Amino acid sequence: MSAPAPLVGGQGQPAQLLLRDVHVLDPRAQLDTRRDVRVRDGQIAELGDPGALAETDEETIEGEGRLRLLPAFFDPHVHLRTPGQEHKEDLQSGTRAAAAGGFCGVIAMPNTEPVLDSAPLLRSLRDAAAGEARVPVDFLPAITRELRGEQLTEMAELRQEGALGFSDDGRPVQSAGVLRKALQYQRLCGGVLSLHEEDPTLSRGGAMYEGAVSAALGIGGIPSVAESTMVARDAALAGYEGARVHFQHLSCAASVEAVAAAKAHGWLVSAEVCPHHLLLTDEDVRGLDTRMKMYPPLAGEEDRLALVEGLRAGTIDCVATDHAPHAREEKEVPFEQAPMGTTGLETAFAALHTELVLPGVLDLALLVRRMSAGAALYELPTPSLAVGEPANATLVDLDAVWVAGEHGWESRSANCCFAGRRLQGRVLMTLAAGVVAHRDRTLALAGAL
Amino acid sequence: MNHLISIEDLDRADIERIVSQAERFAEVSDREIKKVPTLRGRMVLNLFYEASTRTRSSFELAAKRLSADVVNFAASGSSVEKGESLKDTVLTLSAHKPDAIVLRTPWAGASELVSRWCGAAIVNAGDGKHEHPTQALLDVYTLRRRLGAIDGASIWIVGDVAHSRVARSNVLAFQRMGAKVTLAGPPTLIPRGIEQLGCEVRYTLDELPSADVVYTLRMQHERMSETWVPSLREYASWYQINGRRLTPRQLLMHPGPVNRGVELSGEIVDSPQALITAQVEAGVVVRMAVLYELLAGRDARPPARPSAAAPVPPGEPVGSGLA
Repeated sequence: MSAPAPLVGGQGQPAQLLLRDVHVLDPRAQLDTRRDVRVRDGQIAELGDPGALAETDEETIEGEGRLRLLPAFFDPHVHLRTPGQEHKEDLQSGTRAAAAGGFCGVIAMPNTEPVLDSAPLLRSLRDAAAGEARVPVDFLPAITRELRGEQLTEMAELRQEGALGFSDDGRPVQSAGVLRKALQYQRLCGGVLSLHEEDPTLSRGGAMYEGAVSAALGIGGIPSVAESTMVARDAALAGYEGARVHFQHLSCAASVEAVAAAKAHGWLVSAEVCPHHLLLTDEDVRGLDTRMKMYPPLAGEEDRLALVEGLRAGTIDCVATDHAPHAREEKEVPFEQAPMGTTGLETAFAALHTELVLPGVLDLALLVRRMSAGAALYELPTPSLAVGEPANATLVDLDAVWVAGEHGWESRSANCCFAGRRLQGRVLMTLAAGVVAHRDRTLALAGAL
Repeated sequence: MNHLISIEDLDRADIERIVSQAERFAEVSDREIKKVPTLRGRMVLNLFYEASTRTRSSFELAAKRLSADVVNFAASGSSVEKGESLKDTVLTLSAHKPDAIVLRTPWAGASELVSRWCGAAIVNAGDGKHEHPTQALLDVYTLRRRLGAIDGASIWIVGDVAHSRVARSNVLAFQRMGAKVTLAGPPTLIPRGIEQLGCEVRYTLDELPSADVVYTLRMQHERMSETWVPSLREYASWYQINGRRLTPRQLLMHPGPVNRGVELSGEIVDSPQALITAQVEAGVVVRMAVLYELLAGRDARPPARPSAAAPVPPGEPVGSGLA
C-alpha cells in the first residue's frame, strides 16, 4: 500500500523572512543558541551567528536574543466539526486556532455528521481543506461505519484516498472481535489505529471522574478503570496481531502503566495526553463549570502526576489537545446535560509552559519535543529547524503574560477550560509548510516600525 | 443570605437561626388564623422539573402562610417540552419579577446556575442527586424538637445513598450540628469516596444498635432494572428497618414517600418512634423560615445582574463561570 499522502491545505505565499537574533531551540537538531535565521521561499535557508546574516529585501523580525524560535507544534487530535456541525467550528476557524497556538499541522477526528467513513467524503473534505485550511490538515476516517463499532469501513480505499489512519474517537470499539479484525486488516492497508478507550458498561451514567468530588456532588462517576482496562485489552490485541495502535487522550495512572507494560513487551503502541489532563483535576469540577466537562474526565491528582511523569519519561509520546469546540448554548446548561469537550489549540503551549516549565517540572526542550512528536506517529515528517527543511516554525515570547480569552478566540467556540487564566508565553508567529499561518498583532506592529 | 442552594454554604449559626425562626412560625401554625402578613405583595415561583407533591405543596403552603403570591410552573405540559432550555425558561419567568424561585431539577448545580441568570432569591428544592437543603433543615428542626440538641448523637443514614440528594444534604447538616453520621447500604449504592465528607461507611446493619437515630432513604423500584441490587426481597432482608432491627430507644426518620415493606416494615412506620409525620409538619414551618430568611428585610426584587444576559467576561476565574 502506498505511503500516506501529505497533509492538505496551508496554501499561500512562501515566506521570505529574516529572523534576527532569535534563540533557536530545536532539541532534535541539538540547537539551543542565538542565531539569525533566513527563511527563503518557505524554506529554512540559512542559520548564522547573531548579526551575521545581511538584510536583503525580506521582512526582518528582531528577536533581540529573547524571542524563541521553536519547531512548530503538531496536533494529532482535533475536532474541526466539519461536515455537519459548522456552528461549532469549521475548517477555517479550526485551523486558524491551530496556527494561533503555534501548530503547523493537525489531524481531525471523524465524529462528524455524517461520520467520515467513506472515500468520497474524505476526498471532498481534503478538497475543501486544500482551499480553506490555514495550516495543513488531514482527516482520520472511522474504523467502523457510523462509529457503530460493528462493520469496518473500506479502510484500504480510504488509505488510497490519503487517510493517515483510522479512529472511532468519541466512542470506543467496544467489541474486541471487531477491533481485532481492524488490526488484522491493517496488514493490508497500513495506517495507525487511534483508539478512544472507554468501557461503556463502566462509564454509563457518569459525567465526571469517580471519586470524592463526584460523591460529594452527587454526579455519576466514571471510574478510571473504564479507560485503563480497555487500554490494557487493546494493547494485548495489538501485541497479538503485531499491529500498530495509538492510544488517545490518556487520563489516568493505570492507563500510563498499561502503556508502559505494552512498550516493555515491544508492542507497537504509542500514546498522547492532553494539556487539561496534565494540569487540571476533578477538584476543578467542583464549581460544575461545563468547560471542565470532557471525556475522559479530569481525574485525581495522583493520575495527573502520573501523566506528567509519563510524558517526561516518554511512555506518553506526545501532547494532543483534543480540541473539542461546542457552541455557547450547548454548554450553557446544567453540568450533567452538557456535551463533553474543551477547546485547547490556542492555549496548549502557553498553559503547559506556565504550569509545567516555569515551575521546573518539565524542561522547555522536552515540552517542545513532545508538542511536535505527534507527526512521526502518523509517519509524517517531524517539524525541524535544520537548513533545507520547509519552514515549520513557531516564534514565541516566553515572557509575555496574557489572560486566556481576553481578546476572544480564533476558534468559533469559547468553551476553553483555561479561559480566564493568566498564562505566560505567547505565540507571535507560526510558519506552517513555509507559509506565515499566524502573526500576532503586536508582532505586525513591530515589523511595520 | 441571598439564596439557599446548598447546605455546604451554611454554617451552624445559619442553620440555628433558620430553625429558631421555624419554631416561632410553629406557634403561628397552632393559631386559628395561620397567616402572617410578612411577605405580602411578594411573589414566590415554584419551578419544578420533576414530579413532586409534598415538597411543592409544602413550599406553596409556606409562601401562602406568609401572605406571598404563589405561582406554580411544572415543566411537563409546558414550553420545556417544546425544547426550551432551562436558561430561556428562567429568563421568561423572570420577566414576571418573582422575588423567589423554588427550583427542582434532575441536574446537579442547576440552582446555582439559575442564581446567576436572574435576580430572584433561589431556593434549591432538589438538584439532581446533589442536594435538597430544605429537607435537611426540616430534619434538623424535627430532631432538635425531639432531642433538644443533636450534638454527639449518632445518626445512621440507611439505603440508596448513591441516588439520594437527601443523603448528601443531611450528612452535611447533621455534621454541622455536631452529630456523628454513618452511611449504610449495599456497596453498589454507596458512592466511592463519600467517606471524605467526614462520615463513616458500613455495608451491614450489624452495628445499627449503636445509632440514636435511624434515617432511612427511599429505595426506588427503577434501581432494580439497573441491577444495583439483585432483588427488592434481598434488599429488604439485609437493609429493611423493622421491629427486629430497631430498638425501642431509637428514633426513625424517612424523607418520604415510604415504600412499606421495602426499606421500612409496615408496622414500624406507624410506631411512636417514627418521626415521619413530624417531618412533614416541619416542612411547612421550616420553608416559611427559609423564605423569611431570604425575603424579609430584603428590598423588593433587585434588578437582574447585568451579567445575566451578557457573555461571561473572559477575566472571570475558571471554575466559577460558564462559557
